[in-house]
Amino acid sequence: MLSRVANSVYWMSRMVERAENVARFIDVNYNLTLGDSSPFVNQWEPLVFTTGDYDLFKKNYDTASRENVLKFLAFDRDNPNSIMSCVMLARENARTIRETITSPMWEHVNRFYLMLRNAVNDSSILYDPVSFCAEVRNASHTLVGTTYTTMSHGEAWHFLRMGRLLERADKISRIADVQYYLLLPKAEDVGTSLDVVRWSALLRSNSALEMYRRVYGAIEPNNVAQFLILDRHFPRSIRFCLIGAQHSLMEITGSRPGTFRLRSEQLIGRLSSEFDYMSIEEIIDQGMHEFIDDFQTRVNNVGNAIHEDFFTVPMRVE
Amino acid sequence: MFTSDGEARDCCARYVQKLGKLQAGELGRRQTSAEHALRNMGITFNVYGHADGREKVWPFDVLPRIIDGNEWTHVEAGLKQRIRALNLFLDDIYNEQDILHDKVIPEELLASAGTLRPQMRGFSPAKRVWCHISGVDLVRDADGTIYVLEDNLRCPSGVSYVLENREVMKRTFPQVFEGIAVRPVEEYSEQLLKTLLQCAPPGTIAPTAVVLTPGSYNSAYYEHTFLAQQMGIQLVQGSDLVVENGYVHMRTTQGLQRVDVIYRRIDDDFLDPKCFRKDSCLGVPGLIDVYRAGRVTLANAPGTGVADDKAIYAYVPEIIKYYLDEDAILQNVPTYVCSDDKHRQHVLANLDKLVVKPTNESGGYGILMGPQSTREEQAKYVDLINANPRNYIAQPMLNLSTVPTLVDERLQPRHVDLRPFVLCGEDIYVMPGGLTRVALTEGSMIVNSSQGGGSKDTWVMENKSDPQAQPAPQTISSEPSAPQVQSQSQS
Repeated sequence: MLSRVANSVYWMSRMVERAENVARFIDVNYNLTLGDSSPFVNQWEPLVFTTGDYDLFKKNYDTASRENVLKFLAFDRDNPNSIMSCVMLARENARTIRETITSPMWEHVNRFYLMLRNAVNDSSILYDPVSFCAEVRNASHTLVGTTYTTMSHGEAWHFLRMGRLLERADKISRIADVQYYLLLPKAEDVGTSLDVVRWSALLRSNSALEMYRRVYGAIEPNNVAQFLILDRHFPRSIRFCLIGAQHSLMEITGSRPGTFRLRSEQLIGRLSSEFDYMSIEEIIDQGMHEFIDDFQTRVNNVGNAIHEDFFTVPMRVE
Repeated sequence: MFTSDGEARDCCARYVQKLGKLQAGELGRRQTSAEHALRNMGITFNVYGHADGREKVWPFDVLPRIIDGNEWTHVEAGLKQRIRALNLFLDDIYNEQDILHDKVIPEELLASAGTLRPQMRGFSPAKRVWCHISGVDLVRDADGTIYVLEDNLRCPSGVSYVLENREVMKRTFPQVFEGIAVRPVEEYSEQLLKTLLQCAPPGTIAPTAVVLTPGSYNSAYYEHTFLAQQMGIQLVQGSDLVVENGYVHMRTTQGLQRVDVIYRRIDDDFLDPKCFRKDSCLGVPGLIDVYRAGRVTLANAPGTGVADDKAIYAYVPEIIKYYLDEDAILQNVPTYVCSDDKHRQHVLANLDKLVVKPTNESGGYGILMGPQSTREEQAKYVDLINANPRNYIAQPMLNLSTVPTLVDERLQPRHVDLRPFVLCGEDIYVMPGGLTRVALTEGSMIVNSSQGGGSKDTWVMENKSDPQAQPAPQTISSEPSAPQVQSQSQS
């Protein structure tokens, strides 16, 4: 496929996934702040740390009130990572490659955008974002499902999948990071019902609660981390995303397992195999936050290598 | 749709019956749901000059425009004849120039055409096809005669909307098709791909075709993506293409891949900075060298614009006579060419009655509508014409026919034109119907979508009987049916 088109396909997919995850951030936070006695009331600031746009937020808003943070994360066009900005960019990418994606896919991207355009004028979302976040999630899922069932699983499809999974891996790590940081049990909270409520909210925002219970039953902080970072079968765990992204990359290049020709293959292969042979104890010992910081740097390096290898490659006749 | 005494014309009778059975408000509901479908499908066009490059939803009227099958047979024959002749004309102009030697067309008229491309002299494209894709604008005047208003032989657009109008109609108003034999338009994309591949450089095995677009800011970008998608070929921008080893290639994730046929939606001037406009960044440096070497096909061929120059247009009946030895089946609008002294005097004396058009513009730019113009405007055009007579032609003001259109929940007459699409490869294919554009403002003749025009699904009815076996039943109608002409079989 054309390099330019591959680039657009990849970013369209990343941006939709990003929008979905911002909705998940909002959702988990809202859940955590429910109940007046909760110490998390008005804990909206950490959310802006999570997305990495704190400076921009500070520049344009005076307080980190719920309305301001929600406005900033959901609708602010000056915030390149707001749900609105992500979906607009996804749609613009989709519009330039309408001939490559299928009509139903285009239609769902377009509907996603139209839904947001209507939501901007709905002030109730700033007080009760739950159903709005669900709508954003569903719009993203509908698109993923439509992609899976209407588009040939060829090169373009693998670029879509790779973009989506790399984006998701990065975002899961951010959710885990902030929430872990907030939720690390204070001695007096351990075992209280509040504790369980918080961890459940974290799992639920990642659509992971039911599957977690099936694997581990009771909620244990280390098990939650293990499930979100290292589980092999759960589609919103980091390891699952890395396995899938690596698989798509190999489908694109045609390299055999255990070999690499391009820098991007080398980086993602190494990262993925580390996750294969890692234990949660090692991560906790190293320090969750440090581990996640390091991981995010490495995912960025994979993204940069993909750019070099496929989208900006100097071309010669082969 | 109706005769002057209010009866439904034969070809519309069944449809009118169906409309009569609808409940009050139903048409309005269908109209709303059609608009909703268009918005969700993202069927839009860009309007230049809007701050945020605002895409506007394609304006669509839920009432179809209906054309009698027998009348269409005549139109189709006329279009095929016209395109065949214009194609021969182009091949002649850029090579032997017999038509000039035989004094059928004044040489200076041709030499002064802004759309003539001297770079193409002495060149013939594959299969000698120049205008692979044409969109011929037709209008019906008050007396019922169908006239050709202009031949668009460069990059005519609008066909995607024809196909999408039909799709939206089927989605939102399926009942109206039941029991009514409407000729399908859906095979156009297939025919287009066939036409393009037929004209690949000779000897190419399994040729690769692409659509070349100026990019997503172009007003017709939606159409470019649509056609590429329907044909299942790549949509490329100039920057995706590169000339290497004497061939055109596209940059892919797996390296360079050769391209044999380019359906280009970029004007001649921008195709190749080495050959035409040097400041173009939309084209491909070196493309024309490859083209002239016969290693890539461009559709339409560079240089076709000379055949839709509005002054050359006046000579199309002579062109048809010269190359085919036939009389033109479709009428030209009477045209005064201002570079001719007698014509010019007539035009200057009658500016208040005529429509004046620049010869090499398209898209309705720079036109003077005489009967609706002020004295100052007319005075301005006197100067313009005297300063550059070659650049202007004039025609009588036509009174476009009207069809019923849904406005404010009521059926009201609105003026329409029609752009059928013609494909020319090894033979000629005419899409049954075309793009019907409708002026939504009462009394207005301006059908351009950028200026508030709308569009309709266009139904060509199946012939009830073979017109050669039986004459069409005589009906008294305000739109007299055209004389029957046997359609010419193409071989």
